[in-house]
Amino acid sequence: MLNQWLYIGIFFIIAMFLPAVAIFLARLLSPKKPTKIKNSVYECGMETFDPTWIQFKIQYYLYGLIFLIFDVEIVFLFPFAVAYGNLALFAVVEAIIFILILLGGYLYVWRKDALTWQ
Amino acid sequence: MIDAALIWEWIIKSLILIIFLTVGFMYVTVYERRFLARIQSRIGPNRAGPFGLLQPAADGLKLIFKEELIPANADKFIFLLAPIITVIPALIVLAVIPWGEAMVIFGRQVNLFISDVNVAVVYIMAVTSISVYGITLAGWSSNNKYALLGGLRATAQMISYELALGLAFMGPVVLAGSLSMVDIVRAQQSSLWYVVLQPAAFLIYFFASIAEINRAPFDMPEAEQELTAGYHAEYSGMKFALFFMAEYIKMIAISTIGATLFFGGFDGPFVDQIPWLGPIYLLAKVVIYLGVLIWVRASWPRIRYDRLMQLGWKIMFPLALLNVIITAVVVVLVN
Repeated sequence: MLNQWLYIGIFFIIAMFLPAVAIFLARLLSPKKPTKIKNSVYECGMETFDPTWIQFKIQYYLYGLIFLIFDVEIVFLFPFAVAYGNLALFAVVEAIIFILILLGGYLYVWRKDALTWQ
Repeated sequence: MIDAALIWEWIIKSLILIIFLTVGFMYVTVYERRFLARIQSRIGPNRAGPFGLLQPAADGLKLIFKEELIPANADKFIFLLAPIITVIPALIVLAVIPWGEAMVIFGRQVNLFISDVNVAVVYIMAVTSISVYGITLAGWSSNNKYALLGGLRATAQMISYELALGLAFMGPVVLAGSLSMVDIVRAQQSSLWYVVLQPAAFLIYFFASIAEINRAPFDMPEAEQELTAGYHAEYSGMKFALFFMAEYIKMIAISTIGATLFFGGFDGPFVDQIPWLGPIYLLAKVVIYLGVLIWVRASWPRIRYDRLMQLGWKIMFPLALLNVIITAVVVVLVN
């Protein structure tokens, strides 16, 4: 079984050559004549003002939190899905209770309007 | 066990797949431009070479000779790293896809896949979520307000649709009883294709995967009219080409995964007797799937951001969960 991960490792190393070769070739062949205007921030011709790296909308963070909870739920459901054919009834009921608990959380988030983009 | 010949076999297979994907990416761009043009009653690029077939070579050469600009206040290291992080997951996600039955080539028994891990579906989910980092870091490191907005939008959108995507994988996994792609294809050979048994899962997979790779009609992160180009606004030359490449290789990847999970992969008539038909069937299915993706892009306008998030969280996610529960109940009843 570990062999299979070795093959993915080989593939990964060979895959790394693709962007490396592309960037290297471009570095060799492309012209380099930077000027102050060229290297300024592109904002449709307007002079840029104020720093870019500032606080942004909190809702992105909220989505991140909710995502984390439900993504873990999905990863926990995969073992149930694989072994579904030979599970006892008890395990199936357990899986359903697991889904129902998270469904409660989902309904709470929905009621709190965290899923609506404002 | 592992010997030198085996390692060489895998190096050669990896090289073939990488070269195939690079060439495939080039021709998907031509395919898309020609097909879109036909839908819009235009001709499309047809000057470079016969039928415009040398167009991608000309584009690639042009991009190599372009100057690469780095904005003055950008985070230079992350700015360089971001396109690499975006392109590598797009390539390595295809390592677990089987292309055909085992074949005898030069007297050796050769399996037509890079790897048959027993957690292939989880591997696909894990690798696709790495590409979120590339786009987020690209948007962040450019020090450009449009790029930052595009990057943030892309992050929120990709993680939202990842949930529905993960739940859509659950249907085929329950039916096949395995996470390995080879086993899922085998299970479809002995029963029907899963697009027939799991139509809801397929539709959810289809739309969630389009949102996952930020393509029209879900291309809010790079909406040209408001964000100029979103997260890759500041990229030029070869680094831009890498983002472009990642987008098209991701198209190939989701088509291949979709074809394998729901359309039987390399399965087809007479594939038992003539093993080399397997890769041809898979290729044909991928080309048709890509055609549908392009058709979708030509047909639907981009949807608004709040509706996009609403669709992901309030419609796709509950529907996908419902599909999993219904599948589970039906499997119990049938057995």
